[in-house]
Amino acid sequence: MLKAIFYILVFPGFLFLFMFGFIAEYVDRKLCARFQNRIGPPWFQPVADFIKLISKEKIIPQEADATIFILMPLLALAASIAPILYIPIWSEHAAFSFDGDIIVVLYLLTVTKLAYFLGGWYSRSVYSMIGAVRSLTQLFAYEVPLFLCILAPAMLADTWSLSGMVSFYNHHLGYWFCNILGFAVALVSLLGKLEKVPFDIPEAETEIVAGAFTEYSGGLLAMLRMSLNIEMVTGVSLLVAVFLPFGLKLHSPAVIVLIYLAEVFLIIAVITLLRSLFARLRLDQMINFCWKYLAPLALAQVVVNLILKGVLPR
Amino acid sequence: MHDPRDVQVPIGPQHPALKEPESFLISLHGEKITDATIKLGYNHRGIEKGCEERSYIRDLYLVERICGICSHSHSTCFVQAVEEIAGLEIPPRAKYIRTLISELERIHSHLLWLGVAGHEVGFDTLLMYTWRDREVVMDVLALISGNRVNYSMNTIGGVRRDITPKQKEEVLKATGILEERTKYYIWLAQNESTLLERLSKVGTLSRDDAERLGAVGPTARASGIAHDVRKDDPYAAYAELDFKVITANQCDVYGRTLVRLGELMESYSMVRQIMQKLPDGPISIKAPRKIPAGQAVSRYEAPRGEDFHYVRSNGTDKPDRVKVRAPTLANIQAVAKMLEGGYLADLPIVIAAIDPCFSCTDRLISLRQTDAQSKNTATWESLRLKGIEWYKSKGIDFSSLNKKLAESL
Amino acid sequence: MSKPGKMAQQLIKSLFKKPATINYPAQKSEMAEGFRGKLKFKAHLCIGCKLCMRDCPTDAIVIRKVGEKKFEAEIDIAKCISCAQCVDSCPANALDITPEFELARLDRMKLKVLFSADTDDDTKEKT
Repeated sequence: MLKAIFYILVFPGFLFLFMFGFIAEYVDRKLCARFQNRIGPPWFQPVADFIKLISKEKIIPQEADATIFILMPLLALAASIAPILYIPIWSEHAAFSFDGDIIVVLYLLTVTKLAYFLGGWYSRSVYSMIGAVRSLTQLFAYEVPLFLCILAPAMLADTWSLSGMVSFYNHHLGYWFCNILGFAVALVSLLGKLEKVPFDIPEAETEIVAGAFTEYSGGLLAMLRMSLNIEMVTGVSLLVAVFLPFGLKLHSPAVIVLIYLAEVFLIIAVITLLRSLFARLRLDQMINFCWKYLAPLALAQVVVNLILKGVLPR
Repeated sequence: MHDPRDVQVPIGPQHPALKEPESFLISLHGEKITDATIKLGYNHRGIEKGCEERSYIRDLYLVERICGICSHSHSTCFVQAVEEIAGLEIPPRAKYIRTLISELERIHSHLLWLGVAGHEVGFDTLLMYTWRDREVVMDVLALISGNRVNYSMNTIGGVRRDITPKQKEEVLKATGILEERTKYYIWLAQNESTLLERLSKVGTLSRDDAERLGAVGPTARASGIAHDVRKDDPYAAYAELDFKVITANQCDVYGRTLVRLGELMESYSMVRQIMQKLPDGPISIKAPRKIPAGQAVSRYEAPRGEDFHYVRSNGTDKPDRVKVRAPTLANIQAVAKMLEGGYLADLPIVIAAIDPCFSCTDRLISLRQTDAQSKNTATWESLRLKGIEWYKSKGIDFSSLNKKLAESL
Repeated sequence: MSKPGKMAQQLIKSLFKKPATINYPAQKSEMAEGFRGKLKFKAHLCIGCKLCMRDCPTDAIVIRKVGEKKFEAEIDIAKCISCAQCVDSCPANALDITPEFELARLDRMKLKVLFSADTDDDTKEKT
């Protein structure tokens, strides 16, 4: 019982993700600045932003539905923290695992988007309503490739549990190579889920001010930004667990955690490079791109894994 | 006409897409724009009236500050009109120095526009890189004129500062650096597919529409209309320089990008020619304080298009009427046409593609035939009386000033 | 659609280059020597013609007579736009413009600078 509370509140739950969210945001912004030949923010910038936002006044628009307006940031924060409990970080097994927890993790990552949509829709401002609708429309484009790419390795491992999948790949380390196409497609789809350029259409600053977040201020905005950071960490952790299951044969959990942190920062660096490289796509162009290129590639990965499952020894 | 079920989205007056306040009220059907209403006037500062209260020398600095990026354009256009009324022929060295600052300003403005266009499509990296390169030309301008914007090089009768050989070297060095970087941006604009996707087929303005709506500058030249005041009606030293008028046939935002990038390359070559051909001699002639009565019209190719000044003098040292028609006022009529049928996501880049400078645009427009009973129009006199009544209602009475004015006249 | 991401080479090269931003105020940027910043008034050269007052676009300079052929100048830095028209208009070369541009103060009254008639070249600012 005490162990469960420790898992949820300290590591790998609330406190760890909080700190890690700040560090991840700092790494992202500093790298982006260096790519653009600038100096970038100091290390304490995300913490300073958070403290500043908490100390400001919460303004709730008169026409907005106050209950949902206040509840949605909390829901988003909770939904972005919860999946980490099912992702293996320090060993083959996660804090909690059961058969079918892949679906739960993917579903919880989508609940954050639902929370943004509801928060934006019930803010009753034109900009937030347009942003909310765009957020859901974008969902139809990147969800399918992302889900297929996570399910393909699960199919090869013949299990519905993340911990089971990681222990399978840990015992057959060479099979990691079969999922490389899925890794690339999942990385691009993750850009869509995290709403980073070229897919940051729901939060297009120059078109709809701040999208679903337009009317939020003060502590609520701090929670929303925190949930964005934690969502990045959780999403990248999922990718690391599924596609980069290295070093789990070592017996000291501390070293495994260090390897995990290194892999997470590596993927964050790749995401930052990708986000500095492109212009923002338009919604119809993005949906075209996802259905023309990403979905067929994801399907190809599934087919390849199906064939390999029958061919390769277990 | 728009469906009453369409969502009305106010873009502006305050909006992150606009650098200056202007109101675009658009009707949205899903993501498509069905109607756009443009309202101007948020940046009106009374500059034309202010010019009438100040002497010509003070007016130089007021007219210069109509806009930050096209400040030399307005200043030179005004000064050319005044010199024409006074019949002054400025020395050739002054003409060349004016042309040099004019081309450097064009380089500055186009590099700034590239960055802004990148920002509007979400390509912040392009913004950072082009604005870093813009610092090079701003440092050169600070070296020559003493300020990074609002160069104040002009005086009535010529220019105020001379160019030393050391400054010549710096200018040529900067031109070399910038030419290399611009070649990289041209290559990027032709090859980066996300940029091409966002800029092509967006904000289309056919050649007939451009002529009918009176577009000027790169907006018109991207639709194939080869109008350029520097070639059609040469002023300063342009008659003696060799350059091409860049046009494009794509009629969309991508065409405007190519036109501006091409103009950057032409400007570099022009700067080199100016440095080579710079004649010796004085840089200004003495101008009288009281300009004789007369009127003149002066045209100038600002980075955004054709700038148009009208000055009327009455023999005193203050002008009688100054009228400014900035290029953005001519281009803004075309924006409503370009927005129809497009997506909401294209709105910022379409507006940014005409390179709007709303500070230049908001001036007084006079109507010839007006119905004096109409509620929406006011005459000069009625506006003045309305102002006096409004102040009286706040407790401020101007009648003592009026008496003083009546006595002094 | 060709492969996107053409700026990748430049971006990675920038990682190893020095940033283009100057960390002001720890590092200061040097202005060119002709830069127009703060005005300087040389009282011993002034002849009191007040042409500078006539031509100043913002009425930022005021010349006052304090004795026989002695004049003092009060310049309102808040109004001065550093156009240097007064420098050009002065027939006695009594005004000069310096490249000093860090002129912000916390008190508005400190922005009125008095160049008194007694000192020769140096400025004596009024608080």
